[in-house]
Amino acid sequence: MRIEKVTEEAPGVKTFRLNFTNDSDREHFVFRAGQFGEYSIFGEGESTFCIASSPTRKDYIECTFREAGRVTSALARKEEGEIIGFRGPYGNIFPLDGWKDKNLLFIAGGIALPPMRCVIWNALDMRDWFKDITVLYGARTVADLVYKYELDEWGNRSDMKLITTVDPGGETPDWKGKIGFVPTVLDQMAPASSNTVAIVCGPPVMIKFTFPVLEKFGFKPETIYTTLENRMKCGVGKCGRCNVGSVYVCKDGPVFTYEQLQSLPPEY
Amino acid sequence: MEVITHDNLLIILKSIVDSGKELYAPQRKAGKTFFLSVKDVASIVFDYVQTTESPKELLFPKVERMLSYKFTDGKIQVTDYSQGQEGPNRVLFGSRPCDAIGMKTLAEFFRQDMPDAFFQQRQDALTIISMSCVRSDENCFCTSVGAGPGDSTGSDILLTPIEDSRYLVECPTEKGKTLVESYKELFEQTGAADKEKYLTKIQQTFSHVGIARMLSKAFDNPVWNEASLRCIGCGACAYVCPVCSCFDIQDEGNNKKGDRLRCWDSCAFALFTLHTSGHNPRPTQSTRWRQRVTHKFAYMPERYDLVGCVGCGRCSRSCPADMNLKEELAELGHSLEEVSQRIEEHP
Repeated sequence: MRIEKVTEEAPGVKTFRLNFTNDSDREHFVFRAGQFGEYSIFGEGESTFCIASSPTRKDYIECTFREAGRVTSALARKEEGEIIGFRGPYGNIFPLDGWKDKNLLFIAGGIALPPMRCVIWNALDMRDWFKDITVLYGARTVADLVYKYELDEWGNRSDMKLITTVDPGGETPDWKGKIGFVPTVLDQMAPASSNTVAIVCGPPVMIKFTFPVLEKFGFKPETIYTTLENRMKCGVGKCGRCNVGSVYVCKDGPVFTYEQLQSLPPEY
Repeated sequence: MEVITHDNLLIILKSIVDSGKELYAPQRKAGKTFFLSVKDVASIVFDYVQTTESPKELLFPKVERMLSYKFTDGKIQVTDYSQGQEGPNRVLFGSRPCDAIGMKTLAEFFRQDMPDAFFQQRQDALTIISMSCVRSDENCFCTSVGAGPGDSTGSDILLTPIEDSRYLVECPTEKGKTLVESYKELFEQTGAADKEKYLTKIQQTFSHVGIARMLSKAFDNPVWNEASLRCIGCGACAYVCPVCSCFDIQDEGNNKKGDRLRCWDSCAFALFTLHTSGHNPRPTQSTRWRQRVTHKFAYMPERYDLVGCVGCGRCSRSCPADMNLKEELAELGHSLEEVSQRIEEHP
């Protein structure tokens, strides 16, 4: 796919907007919110990220990644107009059809906003399907917040509510959002659980402390959704590393409810 | 039943080599026995208990080239080897019943959901002639995982050595029948034969069904710590295992040309599951050892109705730290019971 646009999101974090290089792929490519792909550079290898753009936005996909290993470093050196590989989509989806007429509460931390951004835009593009839409997004520091331009847009919209927070010490003098860890801020928000689904994406430690807060406010485990980010290679349930018990994150996930996670060994 | 003499068997094997097919059979190398390509049938050995490595490499190579790429004048050319290729026409001779069952297990795993084209191509072009076991050693435990020294599952032809340098012949598949048919004159008919009496006796030490049931309750059991203390995480067990199928995908090449390769990997390595963030869902050797055992004996049966172990004993023979899966599994039952009891008494 051709890199149409590169956006610098945060230190070491970039978003690529990718266009299909051939018409048949563009016409036939279909994905749903929650799915992921293998992005590659010949000679360097493949790397797994979610599709961060909404399926309602046709003709392109976006991915957001942090420069870390061999492949992501090579990707980060690519410029607009260059070609990279993609295979996918893989994995299951967020069941948006089942969320009709419900309130949506999104809770994200750090670099885990991308998988959720796909669902948020998907929901915003079908705004009349859902009742209240609330997004709580936190990062370590102000610089680590991704999609800053969209956060401004979401903050200004009257049909959704955005709360941003940074970890204590991560604020800047002109920071207007909250200061505190995501679970703490969530606790202060005291979210209503009736007719609401919660979607949680973040580092394992954030997820671990967020679930109990949601439960405290009456969220049932089957109404809490998350995505697991286990290391993957093949994406089709063969290479053997993403399993949690007898479940393959690439095939049976990456989207799981908290109820499903409770029945799995804690290997994620 | 059909029988064949040793001399006639060698004639067939020689004819296979002469026909241009690749014949793989047990041969000695550096004092050990391996499945190697045969140039002269005289070098095939028959007096081995088990080869050092399993024959899975014939279906699932250590390194499989998935695709090649080449840039010329800024244009990329990609060759996808999963499409329209035929596997090498090969005959495997001398695999043990456990090896053949292992290859069948692998085939069923790779066929799930999204069938693996590389594996399929190789399997379609491979004929498996196995040899029943008349000898075994203390590491063999096929009877504990539902197999046996004369099990014909997975073989195209199974030979069982009997008296007078002859072999009983069984052909469980069409591929096997076709091969026998094409050398019809070299086989003889005999009356009913008691195959069992020629086979080695392997004591059943545990039941894999019982192990699976136990493992479903054993995840948090401290027994894994103790059991894995000796493990150095070298991955030799996965390397020699006929059923281990985990792999890595890596590129080898530069910005001009190169290949995307699929290489064997092992759950014993810390890097296997390490996240980019530094978080590792299986951070210690004990969690990795638990994954190895539980995957083979609980997750695979639960998910695919397959047992991830054929009882060949290679992992025990190859372990540099002298870990022994058969003993570990037999002891696991006792330890689990004991530890659960201890926890009950002193919570």
